[in-house]
Amino acid sequence: MKQLEVLYFGSLRAQRGTGHEAIHTTAESPRALYLELSRQHGFSLPVERILFAVDDDYTEVDAPLPERGTLAIMPPLAGG
Amino acid sequence: MTPFQLSAAPIDPASLRATLEDPTAGALVTFEGWVRNHHQGRAVERLGYSAYEPLALKEGARILAEALERFPLAQAQAVHRIGDLAIGDCAVWVGVASSHRQEAFAACSWIIDAIKGRVPVWKEEFYADGSVAWVDPTAEPSPAADRRSE
Repeated sequence: MKQLEVLYFGSLRAQRGTGHEAIHTTAESPRALYLELSRQHGFSLPVERILFAVDDDYTEVDAPLPERGTLAIMPPLAGG
Repeated sequence: MTPFQLSAAPIDPASLRATLEDPTAGALVTFEGWVRNHHQGRAVERLGYSAYEPLALKEGARILAEALERFPLAQAQAVHRIGDLAIGDCAVWVGVASSHRQEAFAACSWIIDAIKGRVPVWKEEFYADGSVAWVDPTAEPSPAADRRSE
């Protein structure tokens, strides 16, 4: 099982009710994990509009997840 | 001074401008993004910016480094506010100094576009009617907002 610290931001943080949580998962990719978490927590945004970062660097939606580390799950950016 | 910053304190354009002074520069272009009192036809009272700070700082620094490679600039700096902002507050500041004005205008425009597209920052708007929403630039504008045409 992978042990990841998941970070939530913006509307996802509000929907989840926390900014971070430790999870155990067998998900192979950010896409798979987001779909798993969406089923649990009812996230409304489709995965196509989510950005991901592993250990503070952007990663692709279908990149492999590490065994340990942080995964940031980000709604569409709204800076500026 | 760090070229890209996130600031919980108000942005001070005058002191930022001073950091760009350079004897090789003949042009200074700055951009200030301000908090406006309306969004898609709704009256906005205030807003809150939050960031994924470690990645925002890295990505902001990368953007400024890329700008220095793409354009013949003497200096480039940018700051994004985080925290609670009121109408009229400066939310983002970009400044570039260059030998000539054309590349300074182009670089400043490129940098603000890159910040909006790549730096992980989120905006929560608080409306006059008491409602609150996370701004999503990728969402389809609502038909009502279209009719009111910002």
